[in-house]
Amino acid sequence: MTDGPADEAGPLLRVRGLTKHFPVRGGPVRAVDGLDFEVRAGETLGLVGESGCGKSTTGRLLVRLLEPTGGSIEFAGHDLTHAGRRHLRPLRGQLQIIFQDPYASLNPRHPVGRIIAMPLRVNRIDPPGGTRARVRELMERVGLNPEHHNRYPHEFSGGQRQRVGIARALATEPRLVVADEPVSALDVSIQAQVVNLLRRLHRDLGLALVLISHDLAVVRHLCQRVAVMYLGRIVEIGDRDDIYHRPQHPYTRALLAAVPHVGQFGPAGRLRLTGEAPTPLDPPSGCRFRTRCPRARERCAVEEPALVRRDGGGQATACHFPGPDPLPAEPVRAMA
Amino acid sequence: MDPYLRVTDLRVSFPTADGVLRAVEGVSFAVEGGRTLGVVGESGSGKSATALALLGLHDLRRATVTGQVTIGGRELVGRPETEIRRLRGRNVAMIFQDPLSALHPYHRVGRQIAEAYRVHHRGAGRGETRRRVIEMMDRVGIPQPDRRYDQYPHEFSGGMRQRVMIAMALVNDPALLIADEPTTALDVTVQAQILELLTDLRAEFRTAIVLITHDLGVVGQAADDVLVMYAGRIVEQGHVEQVLRTPQHPYTSGLLASVPSLRGDPEADLRPIPGSPPSLTELPTGCVFHPRCRHAGALGDRCRTEPPELRVVGTGGHRLACHLPTRERARRRAEDTTRAGVAR
Repeated sequence: MTDGPADEAGPLLRVRGLTKHFPVRGGPVRAVDGLDFEVRAGETLGLVGESGCGKSTTGRLLVRLLEPTGGSIEFAGHDLTHAGRRHLRPLRGQLQIIFQDPYASLNPRHPVGRIIAMPLRVNRIDPPGGTRARVRELMERVGLNPEHHNRYPHEFSGGQRQRVGIARALATEPRLVVADEPVSALDVSIQAQVVNLLRRLHRDLGLALVLISHDLAVVRHLCQRVAVMYLGRIVEIGDRDDIYHRPQHPYTRALLAAVPHVGQFGPAGRLRLTGEAPTPLDPPSGCRFRTRCPRARERCAVEEPALVRRDGGGQATACHFPGPDPLPAEPVRAMA
Repeated sequence: MDPYLRVTDLRVSFPTADGVLRAVEGVSFAVEGGRTLGVVGESGSGKSATALALLGLHDLRRATVTGQVTIGGRELVGRPETEIRRLRGRNVAMIFQDPLSALHPYHRVGRQIAEAYRVHHRGAGRGETRRRVIEMMDRVGIPQPDRRYDQYPHEFSGGMRQRVMIAMALVNDPALLIADEPTTALDVTVQAQILELLTDLRAEFRTAIVLITHDLGVVGQAADDVLVMYAGRIVEQGHVEQVLRTPQHPYTSGLLASVPSLRGDPEADLRPIPGSPPSLTELPTGCVFHPRCRHAGALGDRCRTEPPELRVVGTGGHRLACHLPTRERARRRAEDTTRAGVAR
């Protein structure tokens, strides 16, 4: 596989001002509304947030299952933003996606060996040693018995089906894999098996991974960098330890505080958010989080905060009043 | 105080093409008013089949249900449907994972709650019913209840719909509330709100709550006692702190070790339980967990041949079905170390 021109210097994936609006009655749904981020080769980035924040739409944009309304996506030096099928085909193999539902994403009429080999056929790749050997190797790599290549998806458990989906994504030796809630549909005891598998694949194959998840604990175990999304925007992005231990955005802090922790008993404490995220059909003016933010002030309703780096480090926060400390008291006005 | 709900040797099975599927195998427990019992397990553990049996909701043409379910002193199993229906809704209510599929999309929300009220309060007038419904909507934290009374389910967010379900379940002051994965479909910040609401309501109305969930964090936050189920059986049971802090069953500790957490070393691999749960039509011999248990060989053939009984260990009603509890393993290890030390 040839390396892209941006290989040595730039990031593998560069996203600028990425926007996706869905036209519906009552105005566009601003599902993704101006994202900027980068993923370096071999890096893992987590996209976290609650339902409606746009994280899954972002994943589908990155692998160009959807076409952006605005902004740009650059992958290995190629502009994918509005690339057509012909232009995308040579890149498809380098850019793969794993879906949440290991049932719905596998063709029930095909034996798993054929499912795993499909990206090779579609991309007309003839692996050294032949397709059959490659499928055996892939099944072994994801912890499936290669003897089972003739079995059908229904003969496998949920965790094993997700392994089939992962093997298929790896068939073309991609450089970037987008995984959309890859373990959410799995039972707890199986979830850990798949999390460990993804960690090992990242380590052994040097894959870059964009992990989309609502589960902050799963992301913490898999990702080096984390972007927190709210209503179509990134509100905070940074290295894992910064996001989990030194969150600056009030939303990141509230999100972390809401996760029930095993070994902590009784009702969860402070930092409870009230209400739910507003609709992306009509996001609030200024800062989109202000309607639920305990720190919101007048400025927040007027001026949208930009995602800015703090202290010259890798952590960037989109908030007028970031920081871990409570603000000095000021009457908070109810805002419509 | 007599527990409001008492379940004794409950068994639920279904005939299938592959043989008899034993969904619940000899489950016993009790819940008092004002307490929450968490029922934890993975898919196929029998937790939802247990919940349906508590409400008499199994289709008896397909399922065989035996044992005793006593609610407020009345026996449920084997009673005619009309009698069970009177109990259900009035004394026992249920909330489900997916509030959207449980609400009628064409009916106004207030009217749906009112309907649940009037089934059991036939004499109630229109004004009284509306007042009662609005009061309940207000109590579960739906803002502007008098305005939202006339709205449709699609005008409510996921969290607000779950509040509607809770209002509907509580409008008749039930003594027992069964909540089957009530927060699984909700975002984490909304989940925290709903769990707090359930905890408040339990204290206020002295409701007995059975909270079914796959999430050990949710159990720790909202339950007083816990049952851990595996392949249709209770494997461990007790006070929630006791069970989660000092788990004695290898399945319970395996579950705890496999959950990714916000604390601890993020670079360390998780420790999953190997394999996957057994088929309920072809259960393993002996202890149902033994094929996945890393200690199963320690007692020779015993775990493979002899099913462990659920028996009391320690204090405070901690019960366990395992031949080799964690504490016993630790004692043996200590002995071995001492012996090795002496030998040296």
